Amino acid sequence: MKAGSNLEKVLTSGYFAATGELGPPKSADPQVIRHKASLLKGHVDAVNITDNQTAIVRMSSIAVGIMLLQLGLEPTIQMTCRDRNRLAIQSDLLGAAAHGVKNLLCLTGDHLRFGNHPTARGVHDLDSIQLLAVVKGMRDDKKFANGEEIETVEPRFFIGAAENPFADPFDYRPYRLAKKIAAGADFIQTQLIYNVPKFAEFMKRVCDLGLDKKVYILAGVGPIKSVGMARYMQSSVPGMDVPEEIVSRLKGVPKDQVRREGIKQCADIIRQVRELPGVAGVHVMAIEWEEAVPEILELAGLQPRPQV
Amino acid sequence: MIKAKQKPIAEIKEMIAPYKKVLILGCGTCVTISFAGGEKEVGLLASSLRIASTMEGQDKTFAEATVQRQCEWEFIDAVADQIKGADAVLSMACGIGVQALAERYPDKVVLPAVNTTFLGMAVEHGVLVERCRACGDCILGLTAGVCPIARCAKNLLNGPCGGSQKGKCEVNPELDCAWQLIYDRLGRLGQLDRLAKIMVPKDWSKDYDGGPRKIVREDLKL
Repeated sequence: MKAGSNLEKVLTSGYFAATGELGPPKSADPQVIRHKASLLKGHVDAVNITDNQTAIVRMSSIAVGIMLLQLGLEPTIQMTCRDRNRLAIQSDLLGAAAHGVKNLLCLTGDHLRFGNHPTARGVHDLDSIQLLAVVKGMRDDKKFANGEEIETVEPRFFIGAAENPFADPFDYRPYRLAKKIAAGADFIQTQLIYNVPKFAEFMKRVCDLGLDKKVYILAGVGPIKSVGMARYMQSSVPGMDVPEEIVSRLKGVPKDQVRREGIKQCADIIRQVRELPGVAGVHVMAIEWEEAVPEILELAGLQPRPQV
Repeated sequence: MIKAKQKPIAEIKEMIAPYKKVLILGCGTCVTISFAGGEKEVGLLASSLRIASTMEGQDKTFAEATVQRQCEWEFIDAVADQIKGADAVLSMACGIGVQALAERYPDKVVLPAVNTTFLGMAVEHGVLVERCRACGDCILGLTAGVCPIARCAKNLLNGPCGGSQKGKCEVNPELDCAWQLIYDRLGRLGQLDRLAKIMVPKDWSKDYDGGPRKIVREDLKL
């Protein structure tokens, strides 16, 4: 065991993992967290807490992570390279570990241009791969990024990274994944998958390189609420690949049933990706629609969650 | 070369509002090449400001001069008399020229008429692009001659982010993804294996994080 988190135990025991996601509020309101946590509690192996997602200021990922621990859920905190330099990152991770946070997702972060403070300075002292190496170095070598020894208790995280199988250059993506594993990733969460055949091709290449034996890959999935949202994701979200049949399936049902169809579609995608060699679990991203998660996982045959 | 862009005329007018005799001083090097602050632009700006001054019933005067380089003492010393005769100098040089004037003429108001924008080149007539950030620790030898510090919006050193699509950057679809360019060139050079090596965190102390930088060449000092 590297960190001994529930997620790590589920994966190392050979179960097909299911994780969720919780978007912190744009306020200091703890009620929002309690409510969203109650929707996810017991239904997922761990809950990702986004770190100023899409470069919009929200309650701190680590602070919400601590709240989740108090509420009896396992958090996966996110850390981006956009808002903090290597000092701030390491300092915050020491604090998170001291509070009992055990899963960490290392990200570059969405560019400031997409957020609500587009005139801020982006930090980018490290990139996500260097961040992985720093976190692994703190855990396995008991060393800070500068090589200095951590004299007493080192932070021990089950380390995650993201990969987008749909970004370009497509041929390079599996090699970039390999680089993330070499840097320190124990598990991977992918970008939202709607184009399953393309993801299958990516996974085939990943397996051909033997990477599925070195890392746990969680396929990213998420329900689409409306035809408008599907169209928006199709045309305006960088790095997203939403095939036309995803949109037309939602268009094919009466308006009051689109949400229901979105949930069913998400469960179907889970069933499809679960069949692919090398996929160790799913990560369900239903931001601002957390109540959909238990139903999606039920339909996908992933309830109840294993007790490990 | 250093690229610059003229400030909006309203901003310039506000800056010079308190001064009656204004010397507009151009620079004959970088800003001339980038069509921002050479002799021609000095003439155009002076005309605009004279018209505005007349229309607004002010009696400002605008003198014009252009030196070969505002970043060298000998050139700015040559216009000392014109500078002394002005209430303010409106420099059309880059920030280096503005500061050279401020240093050489401690009692003179010096104002910038352009925004110094980047180190780059014209890839075609009228299209200027950034190519260097003067980070102080060049890595172009590792990145196939394409700089991810100057040309990647996230300064990534280990490959393209998830927003690279069809060779373009998510931040601005008109911009090429630097890492796609690096990937393509390494492929052409038969060096794709280089991408497998993890590039360690950059030494930003050689960039502006280390404070203002200085090069002293003892062998060249007089």
